[in-house]
Amino acid sequence: MDQEYDIFELLVGRDEDEDYKKKPVIIQGITGSFGSTHSRLMTAYGTNIVAGVTPGKGGQTFEGIPVFDNMAEAVKSTGAKISGMFVPAPFFLNAAKDALDSGIKLLVAVPEHVPIRDSIKVLEYAKTKGAKMVGPNTPGVIVPQVMKVGIMPAQPFEAGDTVVFSRSGTLMYEVSYNLTKSGFGQRLCFGIGGDPINGTNLIEAFNMIRNKDDVRSVVVVGEIGGDAEELLADYLIETRFPKAVIAYIAGRAAPKEKRMGHAGAIVYGNYGSAESKFMKFEKAGVPVAKRPAEVPKLLAQKLHLQAD
Amino acid sequence: MRLLEFQGKELFSQYGISVPAASLVNSRDEAIQAATKLGYPVVLKSQLTVGGRGKAGAILKCKNASELLPKFDDLINKEVKGELPRGILVEEVVDIKNELYLSFFLNRSRRCYSLIASAEGGIEIESVDNKVIFDIPLEGLSPEIAEGAARKLGLKGITPTAFVDFTMKLSKLVMEEEAELAEVNPIAMLSDGSLMALDAKVIIDDNAMFRHAELKKYEHISELEEQAGKSGFSLVELDGNIAIIGNGAGLVMSTVDMVTDAGGKAGCFLDFGGGATTETIYEALTVISKIRRIRGILVNLFGGIVKTNLVAQAILDAYKNNLIDVPLFARITGAESEKAKAMLAGSQAKLYDTVEEAIHEVVNQVS
Repeated sequence: MDQEYDIFELLVGRDEDEDYKKKPVIIQGITGSFGSTHSRLMTAYGTNIVAGVTPGKGGQTFEGIPVFDNMAEAVKSTGAKISGMFVPAPFFLNAAKDALDSGIKLLVAVPEHVPIRDSIKVLEYAKTKGAKMVGPNTPGVIVPQVMKVGIMPAQPFEAGDTVVFSRSGTLMYEVSYNLTKSGFGQRLCFGIGGDPINGTNLIEAFNMIRNKDDVRSVVVVGEIGGDAEELLADYLIETRFPKAVIAYIAGRAAPKEKRMGHAGAIVYGNYGSAESKFMKFEKAGVPVAKRPAEVPKLLAQKLHLQAD
Repeated sequence: MRLLEFQGKELFSQYGISVPAASLVNSRDEAIQAATKLGYPVVLKSQLTVGGRGKAGAILKCKNASELLPKFDDLINKEVKGELPRGILVEEVVDIKNELYLSFFLNRSRRCYSLIASAEGGIEIESVDNKVIFDIPLEGLSPEIAEGAARKLGLKGITPTAFVDFTMKLSKLVMEEEAELAEVNPIAMLSDGSLMALDAKVIIDDNAMFRHAELKKYEHISELEEQAGKSGFSLVELDGNIAIIGNGAGLVMSTVDMVTDAGGKAGCFLDFGGGATTETIYEALTVISKIRRIRGILVNLFGGIVKTNLVAQAILDAYKNNLIDVPLFARITGAESEKAKAMLAGSQAKLYDTVEEAIHEVVNQVS
């Protein structure tokens, strides 16, 4: 397993870094309606957006942020290692290659409807460049009260020592909001993505925080489709994962063989079913909430049990 | 997009994979013509996207002409798992020496394509022990991997070349057409040692359709789904009477679960995606208004950026224009929610602070 994938190092850095908590970020697709709206919101939250890229709009500025034609120029003039990708799905493959060729080490791939083949290609290419990808079809990542790269609203999140990994965007907000209301702030909320192929999968995500002293508990928000939750449960058992884990799984009332909005949310036979995921989590000693509002209750119980 | 068997077989033929002689028919006359041309016996196969056709009695063999029409009538009107057939495939019966299994699928956990092959075909692959699995690079299968699979399976009665050739052709189809799955179960081994695809299950990546104009003709979506798609919504029709709409697939799925727990029955799943505006909500209600069985609407909107008074305005407009006439129950987090509540007072719509309260009310009033 890749121990070098330190998401905090990438997003926030260390306190001795000159740009601690101010890591430079480039937004690909900054002048689009989606990219521009969220660039404003990210900047307001504290994200250090240093450049944007829109082919054909090089030389312009967006709210004082310089816009470049390509990633090579944007990276060269800013030294950024993070790209927030807001390009339409058909352009994703080329935009990602452009970013990786230019030295980007973390792609936050927001677009939905990226063809599976393109996701796999980008993932394989990123590997050869020693780079990581979050998503596609992710709301992004947020380190509450520090920075965010993505489309999540600010209001549900508050700093703390819980980590949320979610296959769904709005459920990440909903669950975090419930945690915040109950006094469980978050160290990190991370959108795995709603596609069948995830740049960072659940096991890799859990692995990158397993040794973090400032993380006390982890909430995983899963959904029907695939076997990521099942494999995660095996990982938790086999590696004796050292932190409290709570799960919520959406889609148990969904019919089989119907794609429920997300490209990845589809059940074939028992493969991908909610029951299969519940069973594996039960084996791993992970309580599964019946609804989002139940997550903080289960977490409090679990932490209380562990403290005893 | 899940292709019907006959569509999958059309693709197979294009890639040089042999399939039985067959015709797709929709009427008794066409069925008689097709069967006469093929010669008896023939097989009638209901064209459905749902699995388990054999068990459901949606595949019937006809020994002679007197069996044809009763069996055709039976199949053409037979619903399987809520789905009516889109035609009947009349197919020749081939002389099978042996059956094999082969599929290529998107291996989600390994993040690549994989091949599964087995010397036992015609049964569910999950229950087969003797099978081989190989990962396939994005460039497609190499003859070496295919030969390795043939050796491992210990195929008898055919030359490895026939298996390698068949497998290479299917791999090419999967890579070029961007299939998530291409399953042939069974492959028939004929007396001359050649291989033929007796069934075809092909699923094309919906997100790659913009690169495959030639596959557009296989798309089969309802008017409602088409309208939803145009607005950028995801719609899944369900069989209950409560319409469930919200922003985000996970949130709407979660709401369907909670409604079901509370004893309600969801009539549709509608995710209108991010960025709710007066227009998107109004469009979502327009889609809902076309589903006749709906008796109540539940809106679960997790905002933050959304102004709830804009949502309230869309709801009021929908009632004013007689777009909807059923009660609506909403939980909307976001700015200006007190204003929104006041706006909706006196209408058939009501705002709640928690989704649990809204669900409780909609289930009570609709059931």
